[in-house]
Amino acid sequence: MTPTDTQFESVRVMQTTISEECRLLEAASPLLSFHFHSILFERAEDETSEESTEPPEFFYDLNLDQIVDAITAGRSEYNLKPFFYKRPRNLTCILYRQQIMRDLEKQSIHASIKSFSNQMRSVRLHLNASEKIHYEYGRKAWFLDAVELYCEAVLELGRSLNRDEPSARGLRAFQEYLTQYTESEGFKALVQETKAVKSKLSAIRYCLLIRNGSLTVLNSDSETDYSTVIEEIFSRFKQGTVKDYRVQFSPVSSMNHVEAAVLERVAWLNPDAFRALDVFCASHRDFLDQKIVTFDRQIQFYIAYLEYIERFKNVGLKFCYPRLSSLRKNMANRDGFDLALADKLIREKADIVCNDFTLKGCERIFVVTGPNQGGKTTFARVFGQIHYIASLGCPVPGSEARLFLFDRLFTHFEREEEITTLRGKLKEDLIRIHRILAEATSNSIIIINEMFSSTSMKDAVFLTRRILETISRLDLFCVCVTFLDELSSLNEKTVSIVATVLPDNPTVRTYKLERRTADGLAYALSIAEKYRLTYKQLKERIQQ
Amino acid sequence: MKVHLLFRGRDFDLQQNLPPHEPDLTQDLGLHNLFDAMAGGDEFLYRVAKQAVLTSFSIDIETILYRQAILQDCLRNTASIKHLYDLAVETIEGERKHWWSRASRSPSGVLFGAVESLHRFMGILTKLKRMADEYAGHFKSTGFTAFFKMIQEELADEYLASIKTHIKQLKFREGVLVSAKLGKGNVGTNYVLRQPQWRRTNWFRLIFSRRLSAYTYRIADRDEAGARILSEMRDQGINLVANAAAQSADHILSFFILLRTELAFYLGCVNLHRTLVQKGIPLSFPVPAPPNSQRHSCVGLRDIGLALTLDHGVVGNDLNAEGMRLVLITGANQGGKSTFLRSIGLAQLMMQSGMFVAAESFEAEICRGLFTHFKREEDATMECGKLDEELKRMNFIVESLTPDSMLLFNESFAATNEKEGSEIARQIIRALLETRVKIFIVTHLYEFALSFCENRMNHIHFLRAERESDGTRTFKLLPGKPLPTSFSADLYEEIFGNGEEHPQSSDLCG
Repeated sequence: MTPTDTQFESVRVMQTTISEECRLLEAASPLLSFHFHSILFERAEDETSEESTEPPEFFYDLNLDQIVDAITAGRSEYNLKPFFYKRPRNLTCILYRQQIMRDLEKQSIHASIKSFSNQMRSVRLHLNASEKIHYEYGRKAWFLDAVELYCEAVLELGRSLNRDEPSARGLRAFQEYLTQYTESEGFKALVQETKAVKSKLSAIRYCLLIRNGSLTVLNSDSETDYSTVIEEIFSRFKQGTVKDYRVQFSPVSSMNHVEAAVLERVAWLNPDAFRALDVFCASHRDFLDQKIVTFDRQIQFYIAYLEYIERFKNVGLKFCYPRLSSLRKNMANRDGFDLALADKLIREKADIVCNDFTLKGCERIFVVTGPNQGGKTTFARVFGQIHYIASLGCPVPGSEARLFLFDRLFTHFEREEEITTLRGKLKEDLIRIHRILAEATSNSIIIINEMFSSTSMKDAVFLTRRILETISRLDLFCVCVTFLDELSSLNEKTVSIVATVLPDNPTVRTYKLERRTADGLAYALSIAEKYRLTYKQLKERIQQ
Repeated sequence: MKVHLLFRGRDFDLQQNLPPHEPDLTQDLGLHNLFDAMAGGDEFLYRVAKQAVLTSFSIDIETILYRQAILQDCLRNTASIKHLYDLAVETIEGERKHWWSRASRSPSGVLFGAVESLHRFMGILTKLKRMADEYAGHFKSTGFTAFFKMIQEELADEYLASIKTHIKQLKFREGVLVSAKLGKGNVGTNYVLRQPQWRRTNWFRLIFSRRLSAYTYRIADRDEAGARILSEMRDQGINLVANAAAQSADHILSFFILLRTELAFYLGCVNLHRTLVQKGIPLSFPVPAPPNSQRHSCVGLRDIGLALTLDHGVVGNDLNAEGMRLVLITGANQGGKSTFLRSIGLAQLMMQSGMFVAAESFEAEICRGLFTHFKREEDATMECGKLDEELKRMNFIVESLTPDSMLLFNESFAATNEKEGSEIARQIIRALLETRVKIFIVTHLYEFALSFCENRMNHIHFLRAERESDGTRTFKLLPGKPLPTSFSADLYEEIFGNGEEHPQSSDLCG
């Protein structure tokens, strides 16, 4: 097969993939307006096993742990990490999420959801506060407020979604669910009763006579505000601004026994209002709707990710929704970058270099070579990060991406801490790679970083060659970072990627990786030149 | 109640920023001597004098005349002024021992301190009222007439009596009555203090007589936490009234601080007046003219700085520069040119702040800014060359220059050879003259001075430092065009003996 044929073939394959997506989409939508399962999983059967609290093995190697830490920072109340540890089972679910994510990128929808989350947080805070209060009517007041806030939150979200008109089928289904819920008799009654009890309590006025050692609570009797009287009588002395002597009283976090005693007496003076409060609390103990509570948690997956990538967009970095396919095998990403590294560089106000990658036709394996600290490992990580993040249904770094929907992702990074003896490490390396190759299928991705660095060059070349040959046979996608230039043109499946340096100052890394033949020579020569150690330079220097 | 003795209808601002070139102005015009004489050793008087004189550029003619009248009142009633000033100082000093009790962190503390201060102020205000009754007839100026009238009206006896009643009530001996409603978590909120309409009534009797239902809660004897909460509730109730009382005390204190500050300026003027009269320096109230009216004339103008430091009399200079924009002064070294320039600047500042000036008569247009550019010693830090330093200062002046400013140049741009210096000076002065500024310039740059003669420009007044035919200086400046030498030859002759007579080529300027 000629290269042109290969390209043609893969383009055709790609097209079938897209039309397959469309078909799935159409097939799914009529069903969904009837039933809403959850905002992360379209159908109950998508939601596989229990939530996992442990990250996948490759997380650490790809710095995905740092990325997920950054995404979920400040959101521990939602326990979002498990959502990033487990990938949806199928393409339909990924597309379900991509649609929702696109909707949430719209400012109005994003704002609506944020506002809802804040209100729900407030509901939780009120319920927590309520539980901590010892005095009956204090506790019930906080509970009443929690219910009021919840009703407002739900109603407002419903109104906002009707106005925002989301197009994602997940959000539309939820919107439908919300409408049914808010129109139900139960919810309507809840709103009504809350309002009635609230207005009874807020209408209460009373007076306090504070003397040494005692408090008298009595019904309010209108008297003049004495502060304004005093202000008035001295007003002729006003001379411009003076100090504000008002003391800020910190809002009372929990009710104390004196206030409780006052409240008790206020209740004696106003028995109707407090009887209504008693009845209300007894009859609405379980007022929260579980699907809405779950929605509030799961929607944070999207919000967290979108707010996380905002910092990258602000410095001009691009994100895109990848086209994913589990069929053969054409992939490309333009202007990608390492999220964890970029996050750090932005904080240091340093420049960020983007890189592209493309595999066409029968190309499967990137062999990455070049100077140390030149961005080789970063290239490998970008490849892995982008594929993993895409499989969660999130937009990925890059201006354009066509990615492969893998079944398993394996990494083989150097592990310093496991060194015991030289032989131990080599053996360990081999055991690990053997296990990976045993488990991998032709739909897997393997990322290898500096394998066999602890043996002789000759051995390393031999071993790596064998491994890459196995990988070639499996026909899976692989990135192999290595110092062995010899391997960069192993067979027609390998593509050589070289980390570049500035031609006139080789110590400056560009962090650009180029698709070209690896020749360590140019780099070595330029360093020599810099130290005036080339043949020509040495001749001249010696002559002097 | 407002003091308003420096501005009609406005307080004097002791915090107002001084112009950025204030250090240059102070140094070049020798303003320290002036302020020292006004202060008579009192730091506060010094500060006020400095502030008033150096912020006088924004003052209009009406305010100048307003102050002149008040100052004349003060010069006639020095003892009364001193009494008023001392009362203000006594009030402020007395408060210094008490103000901190108002700065308490609890409303009870704030209220306690405020009531104490208000109580003290009542005595002082009564005294102030008596002084006003006594002095009012002896003062004629608009400012003082209004001031005494205000005191008499605002501090009427029945008003002072009603204040006393409120001060007593503010001790809340009968307990604090507040109204409230239920807030967050059913905790009482919106505490508003209520003024009881009754006095010395038993509460319980009241409650039963009105048939109010009431429930009392007693804090147990050992319940310290309860007692603390109770006092915090009381504090919340009196928070606003404590604030109102404390702010009132502050306002009354500010009144006395302003009174002291504004009187301090006039007291400084009185001090200076006494000193100069003793030295036999002629003093007069100047006549301010509107900006850009190009009026500037005086008879017997003295440099106060020199007058204050010398024991013998100083020479006065006359000027008649009506319609002139540029006064160009040339002539003999040590001929009194710099002194004259300083006296022009000082008189301008004193006139604009409402003071008298050291001259038999003085009339000048008021200016919106006064800038000095005097020759300086070599920069000790060696950071920049001398011409560089001069031009840097010039740049600084231009940055803050406003229309209707006055500029005084003393041997500027002489840090290079005459040709270059002249060219720089000529370009700068030419440009400045095309804006609305007035310039006095003392220069030895002959080519520069000459260029203004040759071009037959209007609005230029030439002055020359005189010397007798035998070469001795009279320190008198007389109208006269530049001569090609600044009589440095004198010095040469003094040392090398008399040579040929100089050609007196006054016709050189045509």
